[in-house]
Formats: sequence, structure tokens, C-alpha cells
Amino acid sequence: MQNKQIQIEQDTPSHFPGLYVHVPFCRSKCPYCGFYSIASPTLIPRWLNAFKKEISHCKGHFKEFDSLYLGGGTPTMLDIRDLSNLMDQIFNNFDIAQDAEITIEANPCDLNREKAAAIKSLGFNRISLGVQSFEDNELSFLGRRHTARQAERAMKLLRSLGFENIGVDLIYGFQGQSIKGWINTLKRAIEFEPEHLSCYQLSIEKQTPFVRLYKKGLLSPLSEEMQSAFFLTTSKFLEQHGYTHYEISNFAKNNSFFSRHNRKYWHHVPYLGLGPSAHSFQNSTRWWNIKSVKKYCEMLEGGKAPIDGYENLTEEQLRLEKISLGLRTSQGLDLNKIPDSPESNNMLLRLQDSGFLQIINNKIMPTKKGFLVADQLPLYLLSFAEHS
Amino acid sequence: MPEIRNFSIIAHIDHGKSTLADRLIQKTGMVDERMFRDQLLDTMDIERERGITIKSQAITLPFVNADGQEFELNLIDTPGHVDFSYEVSRALASCEGVLLLVDASQGVEAQTLANLYAAMEHDLEIIPVINKIDLPSADIERVKEQIEIDLGLDSDLAVLCSAKKGTGIEDVLEAITELIPPPAGHIDKPLAALIFDAHYDPFRGTVVSCRVSSGKVSQGDTIRLMSTGATYKVEEVGIFRLTREPKDSLSAGQVGYILAGIKTVSDTRIGDTITLDSRPASNPLPGFKEVKPVVFSSVYPVASDEYQSLVDALEKYKLNDAALVYQKDSSAALGMGFRCGFLGLLHLEIVQERLEREFSQSIIMTSPTVQYRFLLTKGKTITIDNPIYYPDPVTIEKAYEPYIRANILTPERYMGAVMDLCTERRGIDSRFNCPTPGRLEIQFDMPLAEVIYDFYDRLKTVTQGYGSFDYDLLDYRENDLVKLDILLNGEKVDALAQIVHRDRARPRAIIACERLKDEIPRHLFKIAIQGAIGGTIIARSTISPFRKDVTAKCYGGDITRKRKLLEKQKKGKKRMKMIGSVTLPQSAFVAVLKSDSK
Repeated sequence: MQNKQIQIEQDTPSHFPGLYVHVPFCRSKCPYCGFYSIASPTLIPRWLNAFKKEISHCKGHFKEFDSLYLGGGTPTMLDIRDLSNLMDQIFNNFDIAQDAEITIEANPCDLNREKAAAIKSLGFNRISLGVQSFEDNELSFLGRRHTARQAERAMKLLRSLGFENIGVDLIYGFQGQSIKGWINTLKRAIEFEPEHLSCYQLSIEKQTPFVRLYKKGLLSPLSEEMQSAFFLTTSKFLEQHGYTHYEISNFAKNNSFFSRHNRKYWHHVPYLGLGPSAHSFQNSTRWWNIKSVKKYCEMLEGGKAPIDGYENLTEEQLRLEKISLGLRTSQGLDLNKIPDSPESNNMLLRLQDSGFLQIINNKIMPTKKGFLVADQLPLYLLSFAEHS
Repeated sequence: MPEIRNFSIIAHIDHGKSTLADRLIQKTGMVDERMFRDQLLDTMDIERERGITIKSQAITLPFVNADGQEFELNLIDTPGHVDFSYEVSRALASCEGVLLLVDASQGVEAQTLANLYAAMEHDLEIIPVINKIDLPSADIERVKEQIEIDLGLDSDLAVLCSAKKGTGIEDVLEAITELIPPPAGHIDKPLAALIFDAHYDPFRGTVVSCRVSSGKVSQGDTIRLMSTGATYKVEEVGIFRLTREPKDSLSAGQVGYILAGIKTVSDTRIGDTITLDSRPASNPLPGFKEVKPVVFSSVYPVASDEYQSLVDALEKYKLNDAALVYQKDSSAALGMGFRCGFLGLLHLEIVQERLEREFSQSIIMTSPTVQYRFLLTKGKTITIDNPIYYPDPVTIEKAYEPYIRANILTPERYMGAVMDLCTERRGIDSRFNCPTPGRLEIQFDMPLAEVIYDFYDRLKTVTQGYGSFDYDLLDYRENDLVKLDILLNGEKVDALAQIVHRDRARPRAIIACERLKDEIPRHLFKIAIQGAIGGTIIARSTISPFRKDVTAKCYGGDITRKRKLLEKQKKGKKRMKMIGSVTLPQSAFVAVLKSDSK
């Protein structure tokens, strides 16, 4: 028990803010992806200029960042000159801590030795590699431009250049996929001993080609039973191989490899998001940028901040988010976040007895079974209190 | 002074009352073409959505006839559904004549007859109007024959019109002025005005709709309500145009409204007589027959702290719907609430919807039931309208339930289907009558409990819309009645219990379990639904739990999207009722009664 408590304290995320930069370009759009990006590189120079203006709008609003995350889109699509230009802008205008976690999302087919070395020299110390699958037929179903071999080559290359924190992104749970096939993909992934793994169960996102196929009946998600089996098998397999299942879809070799940046989203730590569609959060306010490269550029060129909307979160909303985000992490949430009434205490015990969560040292921690129904848990914990 | 005519339109449902009212209003130039919309008098959203009239509405129409004489025509629009006959009879008490509307292709229906008898009871002048003469299926000669034979009216007086096309409307207006007598009553006599409706205006207090039988009431007068003796100073009187139109006074024969700052809702009683404090009438006007509710159900607030707000809402609602009766009630599962009596199932549905819409109440209504009687071994007879109070079975000597005589009019070809439906609903003692060739009048004695749910809908289905239905209460008859309990995860839910005939208990239990399975959303836990009589389980179903419900990705920093979804789900859950560990949607409480045949 004593040990466990110490471990929880070590797990506490940092309170420094994080900086996110959304690079809204891809060489081609993947049919499952719901993130904003466009497949027309001609706008890159204009976007870079606008980005400089956005930086000048926000510098000074945040103090020292201890994480920087270049996501997208496909940041590795930028050529070395543009990438270095971008990083110069960031480092010249923001205070980035000496030991900051600096991540770039990379597509295997963008990584040649020259590009990978440049990335290293620009200060990136963490790579999130979009592998998605080690089966070529699955890769083509997902609309990926690379093969499994390319992904393996990219991982070898990154290791040889001395990257010590590599994350691999995988997608599972397609129609027709077997658990055996998926475990095989996982095996091939861990041969390279990545420090971090994100395993996302395929979900059908709004306004994607997949949702259109789904509506036409050409694509159907797995049954709940199958999804549940895939999820539990994944967790068990990776834990057996030494990974910690620290968030619904995230695994790390040990807690020093938990994604420092992503954890800020899950713990209400402030973050600044730059680039089209990026979200920011500070002092109970969340705001978001316009979801269009063109409009983003026009607004900045006209001297305006590219903000599309904002909301001030009420105490109630903050609490709801804390609970729902907390229940998505192995760390869980403080017991005192849940209203203290006989009804909600009964419900807590019931959820514990049914194996959805554990209550240890005044913390509510979801089990694997709890992770599987994490969207339902906050409703149970809150509605019961309010019904009384 | 223009001459006054007070009239009402009565008809079977869907024979075109509201459309004819629309045309009369248009013809008399009451509304700009620009402002016109269909179903003009149906001001409630719920009326417009369902295309039915629920509330009587009064409107005063100015009219000049062919001879150049001026008239003030008071039209009182009335509902057509059998549940609202009470509204009709109240409206009739304010009239001297009626337009009896008959559809030119459908002919005389059950409700036409029932309405005709009501009008005769009030000794009113009856003008038959044959509507929808433009339809290709219109058979005017046959309908005229029905008017002569079935209704015993002079078919030569029948006015032909098509309210939809606007033909014959002038003739209808002329007939009203020629055939309906002006109201009797003297302006010089003491004031006597009958309250026939009321509603609550948050700014002005109670708005009383009344018909002045004798005397005159003006702004500034002090009026007295004869049943309570309470007095009020009149702030405003006026007539109903499309909105309230103030006048200096209302005198004998006129229909209008009185505002007198009546804040105490319960002071206003429909059927009461208003008189002047300074010169009271010697006797109150004959009021209305008290209505007896036939269907009972309990109303509970979803959140127990909204009880007081429900108390206020019911009080104000009752003003506008005298047919609703209620008293305090409580349930182990649902807490404090009210036991309510309704005129029928449509009435129940309307009350539920209006409480939710007009009074913003989140309520749960339990499955409707009738009043049962039990003779106990000690010789005592008890009457219960709530399955909760079903007596200990060993103490029951005899059990009785109310029976009705159902009158069904249908084209002959549906005879078999109607017979099947009625016997399935425990109908007995059938009689047949053939008023006109091709049409059949079928009578059945049936338990009221069997028709309160969806009998009317089922009848419409099996007769492809041609069948019509009306009923009279007969008497109580002995039957073998048992209480069907519903258990959720082993816990009895009192609000889901029902009283059923023993022979029908098992099929009903199976249906109830299946319905609840459809209505109750999945939970994190397995839910066992059981139907039981005493300690014996006779039906069961299971709702399997969620196996997986989780979003894989939290969309970068976009937590807002995720939270908004949660907020929506939470709001939905708040509208449900928590019983033990199970959340039940409102619909579950009435779903247990839904029809056996889909």
C-alpha cells in the first residue's frame, strides 16, 4: 500500500504549460481521420507567414513551457528549411524549458536519414510514428501511403540516430480483423522496443470518407463483444511485455515515458495551441482557432487573432471534465471530486464490487473493465448524486 | 345594436370542424389574409401538431346578412374526440344552436350521434351541415338519407359546403342567422353569468370566460362568485376576437371574458355563476353535470424537490381543464405525487404534454388504470383506483370491474375484424344493427380496462380508418382479478404494477417485460425484468449491460466536444427516474400497458 502511494505521487503530471502547434497539411487524406488538415501544400508558405503573426499575438501569455508538440496533419511533410524556420520562430518567441519534452508526429514515408537527422538536430527528443498497422492490406484499407517494411525501416533509422523516446501509433478493431492478426501486429511493434505505444480502436468519425461508407452499409464496426475482447487482449498483452496501460489508448515502458504533453489535456494543465483548429486552455477558459487554413491566414493577415470561439468553464463543467478525463487514466481521480452523498457512495461501492473501479487511498481508479465503459462512468457517478 | 347568435360546431373527429371555423372567420373578415393560418382557433402547439381540438375556444364574428342586418355571431369551437365530450357539453350550455357537421363521404359516425344527443339535451336548434362535398367520394344523397333516418333531422334544412374549398360558407352564415334563435334573457334583470372556462394569465390573474344570461356587467362593478361568496372588482370585460378585445360592458346574451384580479386559482370554479354584489341574482344558473373520471394514473415529479412546483402547476392547469381531478398520493418508488383522474387516455396524454410544455414540469406518469371494487371476507367493499392498494388476496371474496357498452359504427366488410378485436378484449353480448345498407352498428359489453389503452387506435387500424367508436358506462361486474407485479433486479416497483384478469395475466406479463426491455436503456449492470403474481414469476426478460462504451481518442485539446456530449447525456438521465439502481425513462411507466398486437 505504501509503495502504491509513492508511485501515485511520482505520477503527478507537471504543472508547466504545454505548447501545441498544428501543422494542417497532409500529402493525402486518410479516410478514417477526423483531424483537420488539407492536402494542398501550395498554402504552406502563406501559412508559415501567418503562423509568425499568430506567435506575436500570443507571446507573453504563457510562461515557461515544459512540452512542445508538433502535430497535425503531417508535420514531417514540411521540408527541412521550413521545419527549421518554424522551430526558430518558436524558440525565439517562447520560453521552452531546458528539459522540455519536444515531440513531432512523423509519417514513416517522410523519414529518410537526412530528414531524421535534421529533426534530431532541431531539438526533437520524442517521435510519435504513425505506423497504424504491420499488415499491408490493412494499411491500404486505412489509406496509408507507406508499407509495413517502410515503417520498420523508419524505426530502425530513428534508433540508429540515437532517438531514445519513440512512440508508435497503431489502429485496431477493423471489420474482418482477427485478434490473432492484431496480436501479430503488436508483436512486430514491440520487437523494436518502442518506449510508448498508442493503440486506438477504430472509430468512425464525422465528416470522413469512412462515415459515408458506414452510412451506406459498406463498413460496419465490430460487435461490442469483439471490441471488448480486442481491448482487453491488447492491454493484457502489452502489460505482459512490460508496458504500463496509463490511459485508455496509451501504453508506456515506464512512467518517465508517459506522454508529458498529452497528460496536460487530461489534467487541466494549461496549454497553448497554435495553428488552424488548435485548442488552448488557461484559467478555466478554453478557446479554439478557426478550422480553415485560408481563413486562418486571412484573419492573421488582417491583424486579427484566428480565434473561432471560446468558453468559460463553470465550476460544474470543470468538475464534469475532471471526472470524465480522470476516469480515462489509470491514475484516476480524487475521491473528493465526487459528491459525498449516501446515493453516490452506494453507487461507488456498487461500481467497485462490479469491477469497474477501485478505491485506493482516496483515489478512484478505473480498472480495465472500467476503461471499457469510461464514457458511462461519469454519468453514473454524477447522476446518482443529483437524483437524490 | 347588432343581434346576437351563439352557436357551436359539433362533429365527429376529422369531419372538418376546425376548417369550417377557419372559413367562417375568414368570411367575416376577422383576420387579414396575411395573418391567416390553418386551424386558427387551435392556439396550443399540441393542437396544431396533432391536428385536433382539445379546448373549446370562443370568438365573436361580426356579420351583415343579405338584408343588411348586423349580427354578432359567437362561435364556440369544440373538440371532437370522445374523451372531450365534457368540453363539448360545457360549450353547448352557452349556445342556442349548433352546426352539426357531417362528412359527405364518411357519413354519420358514432361521435356525430353522441354529439347530437348532447345538443338535444340542451334543447338547441340543430342545423345539419354536409361538409367536403367537393370530394370525389362524396355521396350527398346517402348522407341526407342518414340525416333523416339515423339522426331524425329534416334533411331539407341541410346546408351543403366545402370548408376546404370555401364553397357554401355564405349559406352557412345565413342559416345561422335565420334558424338559430337570439339568446333570451333581460338586460334589466340581476346579473347572472355562467363561467364556462378559465385560464391563468401570469400578469392579469385568472381570465374567466363566461356567458351572460341576464343583466349586465361593466368595468368597475363588484362581482360575486355565487358558490363561494367571494367578491372582486372588475378590472376589464371584453369579447374574444383573435385576442381579447376590451369592451365597456357585457350584457345578456353575450359571450366574453372578465378580468377581476382573481389571484387565488382555486376560487374560480367552472360552472359557477357570477352576479353583482350590489344586486345579486336570486338563484345560480344550472351548472354543469359533474364529470366522473374513468381512467386513473399517478403523476410524480422526476426530481423530488420539484414537488411544490408541480402542486402550483396542477392548480393552474386545473383552471383550464375542469375535467382533471387529483389528490395527493405517494409511492415507495416514486415519492410524493398525485393520483389523477382522467376522462380517457387521450385526455391523460394531453394533460401530460400540457404540463410539460406549458408549465415546464418534468413528470412521470404511471400506467393508467380503472376503478376496481373488492368485496372483502369481512363483508366490507373497497374501491381502488391504484394497483398499490390491491388488497391481500386471501381477504378477497369477490372482485368487480367496470363495464362499458361500446358502440361501433363500421362498414360491413370489417365486421369480422371488429368482432375479433372485441372478443380479444373480453367483449361479450354482441348486438348488431344495420342502420343503412352497407353499414353496421356493433354493440359489445366490455371491461373498461380493455379499452382505456389503445382500443381506439386498434379499431382505426383494423377498419382502415372507417370504424368509429363511442361508449357508455354500464355497471360493475364480477371477474377474477389479480395484481401483476413487475420486478427490476428482484425489487418490486409499485408504480409498474397493474390489475389484470387472471386468464390474461401471463400474456400481459410477457408483453410488459418485453416492452420494458425496449424502453429501458442499457446500463453498466445486467437488468432482470420479471412479472409476478404473488410470489410466482410468470414472465421475465433481461437487458444485457454495456460491454464497451468509450471514445478511443480525446481529440487533442478539444475536450469541449467530449464534455458537451456528456452534458447532453446527463440532461437525458435527469429526465429519467432512478429506481434502486435502474434509471427508467418516463415512457416505461405507460409502456407496460401497450398493445399485444403490433
